Amino acid sequence: MLLSLSKITKSYQSAEGPVQVLKGVDLDLMPAESVALTGESGSGKSTLLHLAGGLDRPDTGAIFMNGRDVGTLDDNGRARYRRSEVGLVFQQFNLIPSLDVAANISFHARLADRFDLEWERELIDRLGLEPLLRRYPEQLSGGQQQRVAIGRTLAARPPLVLADEPTGNLDETTADAVLDLMLSLTQNAGCALLLVTHSTRLADKLDRKVLLRGGRIVA
Amino acid sequence: MNRVAFAALLSHWRHRPLQLATLILGIALATALWSGVQAINAEARASYTRAASILEQNGLAQLLARDGNPIPITVFAKLRRAGWNVSPVIEGDYRFGPARIRLIGIDPLTMPTEGRAIAMSSSPDVVTFIGGQGLLVVSPATAARLKDLTSVPVKVSGDIPDDAAFTDISVADRLLEKGGALSRIVIGPSQRPGLPALADVAPELALQSAGDRPDMARLTDSFHLNLTAFGFLAFVVGLFIVYSATGLSFEQRRATFRTLRSVGISLRSLTAMLIAETLLFAFIAGLFGVVIGYFLASALLPGVAATLSGLYGASVPGSLSLRPEWWLAGMAMALAGTMLSSVQSLWQVRHMPILAAAQPRAWARASAMALRLQSLLGVALLMVAAALAFGGSGLLSGFAVLGSLLLGAALLLPAFLSGALQLAESRSRKAMTVWFWADTRLQLPGLSLALMALLLALAANVGVGTMVSSFRLTFLGWLDQRLAAELYITARSEAEAARLREWLPQHSNAVLPIWNTEGKVLGEQMQIFGVADDRTYRDHWPLLMGTPDVWGQVEKGEGALVNEQLWRSRHIRTGQTITLPEGWAVKVAGVYSDYGNPKGQVIVGLDALVRRYPTIAKLRYGIRVDPSAAPALKREIAEAFGLPDSNIIEQASLKRRSQAVFEQTFAVTGALNVLTLAVAGFAMFTSLLTLSGSRLPQLAPVWAMGVRRRDLAVLEVVRTLALWLATFLVAIPVGLALAWVLLAIVNVEAFGWRLPMMIFPADWLRLAAVALLAALASVFIPVRRLAIVNPADLLRVFANER
Amino acid sequence: MSVRKVIAIVLALLAAGDPGRAHAQGFAGLGSDAQNFSVPERGRELVFPLDHGPHDDFRIEWWYVTANLQTADGRPLGVQWTLFRSALAPGEGRNWSNPQIWIGHAAVTTADRHYVAERLGRGGVGQAGVIIDPFEAWIDDWQMKAVSGASGDQLDEIELRASGENFDYEIMLDAQGPLVLQGDRGYSVKSAQGQASYYYSQPFYEVHGTVTLDGSQIKVTGKAWLDREWSSQPLAASQVGWDWFSLHLASGEKVMAFRLRDGAGDFISANWISADGKSTPLPSKDVILEPLREAHVEGKSIPVEWRVRIPDKGLDVRTKPLNDQAWMKTSTPYWEGPLSFQGTTAGVGYLEMTGY
Repeated sequence: MLLSLSKITKSYQSAEGPVQVLKGVDLDLMPAESVALTGESGSGKSTLLHLAGGLDRPDTGAIFMNGRDVGTLDDNGRARYRRSEVGLVFQQFNLIPSLDVAANISFHARLADRFDLEWERELIDRLGLEPLLRRYPEQLSGGQQQRVAIGRTLAARPPLVLADEPTGNLDETTADAVLDLMLSLTQNAGCALLLVTHSTRLADKLDRKVLLRGGRIVA
Repeated sequence: MNRVAFAALLSHWRHRPLQLATLILGIALATALWSGVQAINAEARASYTRAASILEQNGLAQLLARDGNPIPITVFAKLRRAGWNVSPVIEGDYRFGPARIRLIGIDPLTMPTEGRAIAMSSSPDVVTFIGGQGLLVVSPATAARLKDLTSVPVKVSGDIPDDAAFTDISVADRLLEKGGALSRIVIGPSQRPGLPALADVAPELALQSAGDRPDMARLTDSFHLNLTAFGFLAFVVGLFIVYSATGLSFEQRRATFRTLRSVGISLRSLTAMLIAETLLFAFIAGLFGVVIGYFLASALLPGVAATLSGLYGASVPGSLSLRPEWWLAGMAMALAGTMLSSVQSLWQVRHMPILAAAQPRAWARASAMALRLQSLLGVALLMVAAALAFGGSGLLSGFAVLGSLLLGAALLLPAFLSGALQLAESRSRKAMTVWFWADTRLQLPGLSLALMALLLALAANVGVGTMVSSFRLTFLGWLDQRLAAELYITARSEAEAARLREWLPQHSNAVLPIWNTEGKVLGEQMQIFGVADDRTYRDHWPLLMGTPDVWGQVEKGEGALVNEQLWRSRHIRTGQTITLPEGWAVKVAGVYSDYGNPKGQVIVGLDALVRRYPTIAKLRYGIRVDPSAAPALKREIAEAFGLPDSNIIEQASLKRRSQAVFEQTFAVTGALNVLTLAVAGFAMFTSLLTLSGSRLPQLAPVWAMGVRRRDLAVLEVVRTLALWLATFLVAIPVGLALAWVLLAIVNVEAFGWRLPMMIFPADWLRLAAVALLAALASVFIPVRRLAIVNPADLLRVFANER
Repeated sequence: MSVRKVIAIVLALLAAGDPGRAHAQGFAGLGSDAQNFSVPERGRELVFPLDHGPHDDFRIEWWYVTANLQTADGRPLGVQWTLFRSALAPGEGRNWSNPQIWIGHAAVTTADRHYVAERLGRGGVGQAGVIIDPFEAWIDDWQMKAVSGASGDQLDEIELRASGENFDYEIMLDAQGPLVLQGDRGYSVKSAQGQASYYYSQPFYEVHGTVTLDGSQIKVTGKAWLDREWSSQPLAASQVGWDWFSLHLASGEKVMAFRLRDGAGDFISANWISADGKSTPLPSKDVILEPLREAHVEGKSIPVEWRVRIPDKGLDVRTKPLNDQAWMKTSTPYWEGPLSFQGTTAGVGYLEMTGY
């Protein structure tokens, strides 16, 4: 068992009062397993992903990563956890605008002290980023940006990759290409993948599908 | 213009009170510093004009001797008998103990009302004014100074400028020992027809028409230009704040603009509304600024008054009146400055396509091209500065050098910093360090205006500080040389002076008469001093240059020394012959430095002086004595002659007083410096605050990859400090260049003396400490925001539904 | 504000005290104590030309000419020329420290206009003064000057010049009779307490010359009267002013009469001067001066028409001013103007009224 979420609840303050987004979610992930987290808009997919990624803390429930409780870590602990045990890919704002593509790709790996030149070369090659290395994020198209983000996450080879609609901003063809590449590379690197998507077509490409509705896993 | 649309535009500010405050405060600060300085200038100028009209009757035409000598009493009678409605004036400086007072002796019987300052409305005043012991009519402050110093009765009048006394011509004649001869003759405004021509009645006199600019105004021009330059610098620094605040508000309202246009508000109407909004803010903030400026000027004016009196002997009241010329000018500057800082944003609005992609864009991202252009302009300005520094002449050219130097350096700063950051980035290995430098460079466009403002403020501080410190050191050294005698004594009468001349040689090592006369040399009124043949002068007098036997020539009455001011302004060469009053031709044998004196001065041998001008007052003496014996001798003189304390001055106290005057002189400059720095600090604060709003998307990915908020906050502080430090390092050479311009160009033009430049690194450290505090203060609020930012806010960056 | 204000101040100075007390010191301070100044003594013989000159040890002195003139077409005209000397202290001083202050008054009176000018100056500097040989009294470009080459007394033949705003004059005065000593051989008593002045006159001048008014020159002829008087305290403290007459009778005789007004009783004095210059001082009771008509002048009521009676000499005349408004708007203002009279005899003269 790589990741184990049990009885997770989470609510947010909104203008109309507290809204309970997650109402007791249980989810397990095996090493190198790829799982699609689907559901409608507002079903709590992203929230769940953020909790798993140590970006936020659950109200109740436990999050175990490799048998260690992540949910109770303090700010420092969660920062360390994010740095070394997970990799995050978002729909947008993935890249550090001040760094060029090369620096962006190696950034997380260096931060996590897992920089591996050969692996990075291979990633760059597979992602077709070679001609873009000296460019800056704002000079890239959405698909290019997302490939860089994937490269950056995988360069650090985290045990778990969490992706939140990574292809949401892309057209269908690009989205398919990017996702295929991502799946193949995650497998190569031996990373588990938890992918949030609302597209069943994309979800089908993964090992397993989980459907979130009304704050609970329903399938 | 549409009210609803206008309200929609203005609603932006309701949601951003801090931004509004920044904008208002920026305009207000800029206006305040500018109008404050203008208020001071206006007050001083008004005071010169008043003094000139009161003291010099310069509202009336006057007659002066063509040769600059006193006018014989008979000439006055000749004019009156020819029917000329004229009135005599005898004036001069008179020493009441330590108080040097300008005596203006008038004849109330013939002086037209326009020429008399004082309302003598009750007859007892007039009786005492014209008859008996006479009367000194003086300002309250002068009355306080004269307390117990004179037996002549004193009457207080608020209309008289300080350090001047109106008195009957007979009293002035008696005290100044003019033997009845007149300083000048005032011409009444009404004359009978058919007067004989002046050339027939008194060909020895020249007519000076009414309303000439007061001498004091001319003399102090450079000082006021100086103040104006500082005020303008502060204004420009303040405008940086306005520029960034308006820029941000325009950028943030792009969506609003687009919506307004899409619902049918024309571009013209939108622009008009934005201009109206800008003017509205400028007006409100300008009013604030003028009010702040008033208080600022009130706070600074006593210092300025002390400076003017210390440097020029000009008397300016320490209180301020509201004059339309400066508050209107302040408002005008507020409006013009605000419009100027909004022009770029307005231009962008006009050229914004109605259906542009709604993609947020960094609001002040300077392209590499713009940066290059800016740098080219900076280099060009520096070249202009260099060309003017070595090829130009005149005070304005001096200030042009200052301006292009500062502006050029400021324009080059972003390129310089960018280069430095790039270098640092390329030298870095660690991911966080690389990111740190890269991210700092990303912030640069948003901060560069504030940093430029900071550079200006810091460079001005370094430059002016260096100038003042160099001046102080030179001045103190010069004082040590020049005030060589241990005691300075002023007799109360010629008889007492004669007794002192008998008594003193037996009680001291040397007695050095300090006698002088006043007259026109090279067309300019100045003092002519006599020096005794004494080792003291040969050993101590601070000569800048001289012929080999300079003192021998002076002593023989063949040579004269001129002060540096006269030497520079008249391009005098040693060996050149100049003519002193009454046709005395002497060769210029040497040049001495004479700081703190705005006018030319000549020194000749004492014997020759007395031979040429036998009637000069012989009241003042310097006494050489063993320094340890000075206090005892002072007591002895006081006992033997009953001289009041104020008439016997010890060297040490004289030096102390001179130094106090000196410190006062630059107190205002110092205050303006601090204020400029404070404004620059505020500009930095607003820029950082502005940037902090757009920081979250930049920082969120880094945070998501496992960097703590606290670390990010610390890095933000370090980033700001690094930029401050870099700017500070640039400011030092720029400041030194500035100091050089001040010392070698501006001072020479403004004051007539050139000072050696000295470097005071300890001052820089002090400035660095102040700057550091300001940096920390400016970064505190933005960073505190970041350190306690709710993770939810960071997460929102990544939220898909935006 | 004008030059006048300055002058007002200075003349106020002649009052030598605060204005509230001015009345207690008589008109223009003439009732002030003599202090260190000399006082007139009865019996001192006046010596000429010495006494034509200034007497610096006395507080106050004047050279006073009034002329009754007429133009070629018979229009009457009055001219006044006065130089006052007023001392802040007795004696002379060095350069500007001279305590002597000189004041010139000049006037021309026609039936409908009254032109006035005033000049001020300090003694000792050449702007104003009096010298005796050849005689000259001057302030600025005004002068009263002995005509050179004349024989006899320095004042027998003099030239008068003065100018002011819109007027100037230049007239020649030729004496047809001798100097006349007033009072007791020149010692003129002014009050019951014995205040007195030295006083002599030259009432016999025939005049010809030119008066220029508003740019047009007018030839004039007529008679003139010179008064010379000096003292240190000519008035008693309680005397507030005077009414002074000089009359040229048709017979060639002259009459000088004055009344010093005092709440405690007026002091009247007069002199009957025969056509050949013999004085007959008249006692107070023999002269009756009676105001007949008051005119409104400068906000004051001034008696401008008088009945003058000297019964012993058979004189009973009514005087009429040439111009009611002959107000001397000088620093110390007063009324001074030409008059004509009719009754037992007819003639012209001058009336001076002060202290109203």
